[in-house]
Amino acid sequence: MPEIPRLNVSQHKDIHVVEFNESRILDELNITEIGQTLAGLVEARDRPRLLLDFANVEHLSSAALGMLININNRVKQRNGQLRLAHIKPQIMEVFVITKLNKLFRIFPTRQEALASFE
Amino acid sequence: MRFAIPSHYAAGRDVQRRILEEVSRKGFGRDDTFAIQLSLEEALVNAIKHGNRLDPNKQVHVEATVTPRRVEIIIEDEGGGFDRTAVADPTSESNLNRACGRGILLMEAYMDKVEWSKGGRRVRLVKMNSQAGRKRAG
Repeated sequence: MPEIPRLNVSQHKDIHVVEFNESRILDELNITEIGQTLAGLVEARDRPRLLLDFANVEHLSSAALGMLININNRVKQRNGQLRLAHIKPQIMEVFVITKLNKLFRIFPTRQEALASFE
Repeated sequence: MRFAIPSHYAAGRDVQRRILEEVSRKGFGRDDTFAIQLSLEEALVNAIKHGNRLDPNKQVHVEATVTPRRVEIIIEDEGGGFDRTAVADPTSESNLNRACGRGILLMEAYMDKVEWSKGGRRVRLVKMNSQAGRKRAG
């Protein structure tokens, strides 16, 4: 897989597993760059399967949530599946406040998320 | 602490860092610090991006008062302002998959007080130190 500084991308069967390398997904420019990389993975195939692992993430902003929503919309347009995993309790609270826990399929661990793909 | 910064993100980041250093020095706990950082980020981005529209000729004015009991931050931009009551609810079913509009919601959820004035160009954020309350109670 290509080297992407802010993200660690690996593959599990036909699922792209993306780990955020930075603890803060706040900066507008970083978010744009991450969004472009994720969009590239989604556009690379039909029915994309994408798992985002948040294990390292300790801060994120509404701009980051917006980027994730855009990725989710792109995945749906291509009849794909998106899973989120390993979200720390403080970050999970952000998803609950914004009710985005209803929009995304979120799992406690990467293993559970991987097992959930149809 | 008073700052007048140009409308770009790096300047906002620097202000954020300096206020958070003071928050840490005054003994705020992890959850309060998380709340203040998130709200400060959202308010600064709002002022820089949506208020001043990244116009290099416009400034963002920040005033922060940090005591062991509370943090008060006032952020004012030089843009056209906005009507808080006209902002759509991002948590409604029909808006959930829209990519914007959650910054205000997060500020209002995480801070004890969020007040808009001057036609939406000025926001006042207040957060009490929940650790200070626990220490007194103990």
